[in-house]
Parts: sequence; C-alpha cells; structure tokens
Amino acid sequence: MTAPLTAAPRNGAGGDRAFASITAGAAWFVLILLGAAAASMAWGGRLAFETFGWGFITSRDWDPVAGRFGALVPIYGTIVTSLLALVIAVPVSIGIALFLTDIAPRWLRGPIGMAIELLAAIPSIIYGMWGLFVFAPFMAAHVEPWLSDHLGTAPLIGAMFVGPPIGIGLLTASIVLGIMIIPFIATVSRDVFSAVPPQLKEAAVALGSTRWEILSRVTLPYTRSAIVGAMFLGLGRALGETMAVTFVLGNAHDLSLSLLMPSNSIAAAIANEFTEADTELYRSSLIALAFLLFVVTFIVLTIARLMLMRIGRNQGRTH
Amino acid sequence: MKATFLALAGAALLTAACSSKSDNSNGNGTSPATAQITGAGSTFVYPVLAAWSADYARQTGTAINYQSIGSGAGVSQIKAGTVDFGATDQPLDPKELADSGLAQFPIVIGGVVPVVNIPGIDAGKLKLTGTVLADIYAGKIKQWNDPAIGTINAGVALPNAAITVVHRSDGSGTSFNFTHYLSQVSPSWKSGPGEGKSVNWPTGVGGKGNEGVAGYVKQIPNSIGYVEYAYVLQNHMAFAQLQNAAGNFVAPSAATFQAAAAGADWKNAKDFFLVMTNAAGANAYPITATTFIVMHRQPKDKARSDAALNFFRWALEKGQPQAQKLDYVPLPADLVGQIESYVGASIQ
Repeated sequence: MTAPLTAAPRNGAGGDRAFASITAGAAWFVLILLGAAAASMAWGGRLAFETFGWGFITSRDWDPVAGRFGALVPIYGTIVTSLLALVIAVPVSIGIALFLTDIAPRWLRGPIGMAIELLAAIPSIIYGMWGLFVFAPFMAAHVEPWLSDHLGTAPLIGAMFVGPPIGIGLLTASIVLGIMIIPFIATVSRDVFSAVPPQLKEAAVALGSTRWEILSRVTLPYTRSAIVGAMFLGLGRALGETMAVTFVLGNAHDLSLSLLMPSNSIAAAIANEFTEADTELYRSSLIALAFLLFVVTFIVLTIARLMLMRIGRNQGRTH
Repeated sequence: MKATFLALAGAALLTAACSSKSDNSNGNGTSPATAQITGAGSTFVYPVLAAWSADYARQTGTAINYQSIGSGAGVSQIKAGTVDFGATDQPLDPKELADSGLAQFPIVIGGVVPVVNIPGIDAGKLKLTGTVLADIYAGKIKQWNDPAIGTINAGVALPNAAITVVHRSDGSGTSFNFTHYLSQVSPSWKSGPGEGKSVNWPTGVGGKGNEGVAGYVKQIPNSIGYVEYAYVLQNHMAFAQLQNAAGNFVAPSAATFQAAAAGADWKNAKDFFLVMTNAAGANAYPITATTFIVMHRQPKDKARSDAALNFFRWALEKGQPQAQKLDYVPLPADLVGQIESYVGASIQ
C-alpha cells in the first residue's frame, strides 16, 4: 500500500509538468500568432505608412485613380457603427438574460435560450441580405422620414439626423450589427446571472427587496466585471464584422455627422476592394487599414480594462 | 499576396485534376490525353465561360477550370504564370503586354447600362446624355426635375425628388467602362474622379457587385445606378436611353452593342488595345464593354497553351449561340478573323 502512495505523487508531478507545458504552449501560441499577424500586417502596410505618414490616419481622401489614400472615413465608420450597436444591444441583452434567469417560468427558459444561441449561428451574410432586402426598405419608408422630420431640425443632435431617407447608412448598419451581437452578450450574461449565489438573492428577498432592487443591488454588482467582458466580446465582433455591414452601410468614402448617410468601415473596405487593388500602394493601403483595425481593437480593449480597474477601485472606496 | 495566389492556383489545379479524373471514370476514354486548362480573372465573363467549358469538355474531354476572382487578380495570375490564361475587362496597353511577354484578344462583348428607379417611369422612357449622366454622378445635378434633364425629356413627368446615386463599391471592370465613358464625354469628370476600376466617387452609395447595385436601385426610390446588360434583363430594371456619339438616343440591346463593335476601329488597335466606349456609328450603344483574354506569347507549357487556344477558337467559331442565350453579344465576323490571324502570329 505504501509503495503506490509514494509513487503516485511522483507520476502525478510528471503529468502535471507535461500538462502545464501543454497549456502554456497553447497560451504562448496565441500570443505569438497575434504578434505575427500584427507584424505581417504592419509590414504589408509599410508602403502606405511610408508614403502618407500620419496623414494616412487623418486624411479623408480615398482616390484609387490618383493614388491618394486615407483611413479616416473607414475608422470613423467602424467606431460609430460598433459603439451604436453596443448601445442598442447591451440593454436588450441584459433584459433577455434577466428574464431567462429570474422571471421566465422554468419551461420557457430552455426554448428561449436555445433560440438565442441559434441566432449566433446564423451566417453574417444572411443578416446582411435581410438588412438590405427587408430592413433597409422599412427604415427608408417608416423610420428615417420620421427621424429627419422630427429630430433633423433639433438643436445639437439635429445634424445627426439629416439627409435623404434611403434606408442605407450608419444607423441601419448599427441596428443590424446590434441584433447580430445580442446573442453573444445575452448568452454570457445569462450564464453569469445564473452563477449568482442564490443565498445572496434570498437574503435580499428576505430583506424585502423588489425585483429591481435585487437586480440593481445584488445581481449587477456581483456580475459587473463579467458583464463588461461580455460587452467587449460583442464589441470585438462588431468591429470586425464584414459582410452584414457591407450590405447596409453604403460603402461610400464620405465623412458625415448624419447617421442617415452612407459611410464605410475598415472590414467592408478591405472585402470590397482587395481583389481589384491593382497597384502596390493601393494593396498596401488596404493592408495598412487591416493593421489599423488591429490597433483600434487593441485601444478599445485597453480602455475596457482601464474601466474595469476604475470600477474596482471606486467600489473599494465607497464600500 | 503571392502565397494566396499560389494557394488559389493550387486549389484550382487540384479541382481540375479531380474533375478530369471523374471524366475518365465516366468512360470518356476515347479522347486522347485528357488535358486541363486553368484560367482566372473577370467575373463578368464567368457565366459564358462556364457554359462554354461544360460543352467543350463534353465534346473534347478537355476541362477548363476558371476562377472568377476579378480582372486585376486575373492579370496578376497570368503575369505570375500560375494560370494558362487570364481574363480582364480592362485591356492592358501594348507596352505593359510587351514588358510581360503577353498577348491579348477580345472574346465577348457586353454593355454597361444606366438603370433608374423613378416611380411612374418605365424602362426606356428616360433619356440621358453623357454630360448629364456625368453631372448626376458628380453630384452637380441633384434633382430629377433639373432643367438639364427636363430639356431632353419633353413630355416625361419627372418628380421633384433628390437623386440617389448608386455606384460599385468593389473594384470592377464595369466601373472601369462606365467611368471611361464619362471621361470621354465630360472634361470635368475626366479631370475630377477620372477613370478606373474604382475611383473616388463624389457622391452616392456603393453596392457590392452587379447584384449589389441592382439591389440598391430596386430598394431606393429615385435612384440611378449602372449594371451589366444581363442584370437589366434578369431583374426587369428600368434602363435609360443614352445619346451616342452620333447624337442619337439608343437603348441597350444586342443590335446596338454589335453596332458599336462594328464601328470601333479594331484594325488600327495594336494588341486590340481599345475601349469601345462612345463608339462611332448611328446605332452604336455608347457604353459597350469587351472582355479580353490575356496569354503568354512564349508559354512555358506549349501543350496547355495550345489547348487553351483551341478552346477559344472553338468558342469564337461555335460558341456564339450559347453566348447569345446568356445575353452576351458575339464578336463581328471580321473581328474574329482578325483575332485568329493575330493569335497565329503572336502566340507560339
């Protein structure tokens, strides 16, 4: 009996070491892959960066005939559509998750949860075609005329809602993107909400809390960092989304404050123009765009981290 | 970039190899030395090339594997030597051909057609001149009831509505032919956006592919776009008549495209370097487009190059009814003769 007992830790330790190096290898592989992708995109885009310098980021030019390229419009379009999509998707997703964990009768939770997971499996081109053939005409006929009539003349925000109601542009693209990222945020939120220890909620109920109080004082504070994580998972997807955006954003290199006007995004520009980019500079500019998408995503994720850290600090101070 | 091309070409070869194997197993063993030809390029020519290669493979056992990856990519591939032929909607100039040791010849004709979606205006009712079309695309004419449109459309009730311009978002030969035409007829377009497979569009929204532009025009009231002729027929779109160089308004049709091809000065075009926009001829359609085949003058693999040439000879002589069925326009007979003597003289 004693011999196996002493042997077991030694064998186990060997297995542990192997397991540790395998997992470390997987983790390092991701890091190396990421670094290699960034480096090769920077290398591919070097001609554009050398030619235009910082002007590549600040210029709104995109003239393949004259060979002048600037990334301002695609960067603007990418950030605006993604943030707006997040603004639309987060409240809806959290509502869905809360309904599923706390409010819905037990028999309903399975089917709705399944439906949301299935939404995530729909290919993005289907969302794009739905956006173009069904949603854009609806926006053009019903939503955008109302917006430009009622909000187009308002002070401050008026400039965001002027323009012809053609149904294709930043607003439509943002809403389609928002619908696309709802399943990602909703499923993660549901999982973390159901991980809230029931004792905490029961204690709150015992103290006479309403549902709203349980949500705002127990569930959300307990799951805050995971919810922010879910939001940024969705945001990451929105930033890189290509096909659906290509269909409904309008693919025009125009810079406009109005959400009703067509614009362009980084991923859509690359998908549209790469095959026929027939000069070195053109191709290099598109790869440089890809590198900038990388940088934009990195900055957004860094901001998310900083926000999380600040939330943590503030919490430490007030409680 | 190069790695992608190689991977693509590898995939093309694999599929070609597989398909030829299945041909053999079907008992088509009578044909001597089953060959495969690979090509890449223009998406515009893909439907007719696919139809031709199916027929040709049935008759001769030679399989053609064509990757419709875009004109620019097709030219890059033939330059890199990864395919037997490239296809492009934008002809290469004689200097570029000579530098890379390439030859080119036209294979099929089509047309680029302005289409509109104006409530109450049927196909062919609206007339446009080249300068008006250029000014609409430049954003200078913003309303359908602009006097510049009204004077050439007496009796047509044009709405007091803003024009939404639709153009291609991806680089394409269609855009090249369209902007080439606008540059021919409008000096301000030529000095402004200019001509190219993609240009800096002054206004409007961009649709991906012919189907994207057709989709936008059908969705957006009071819009105008431009698509290949086949899309006009298949989607029953309201085309506009265009004024040609002779001053006549013509509708797009096989007859007007052929009139343009017949009026074009192919005899004096070295290496067929000719874009047929704004062609002369009373009945010529002004935005007539050509797809060109690009091949090496001194191919590394002569057997494959000859097989490809045999296929194109067959297509030019026997494949034209099939092309017409798919709404392409056959080349005029004397142009076919000119191509055959050019190919005989320049490709070994």
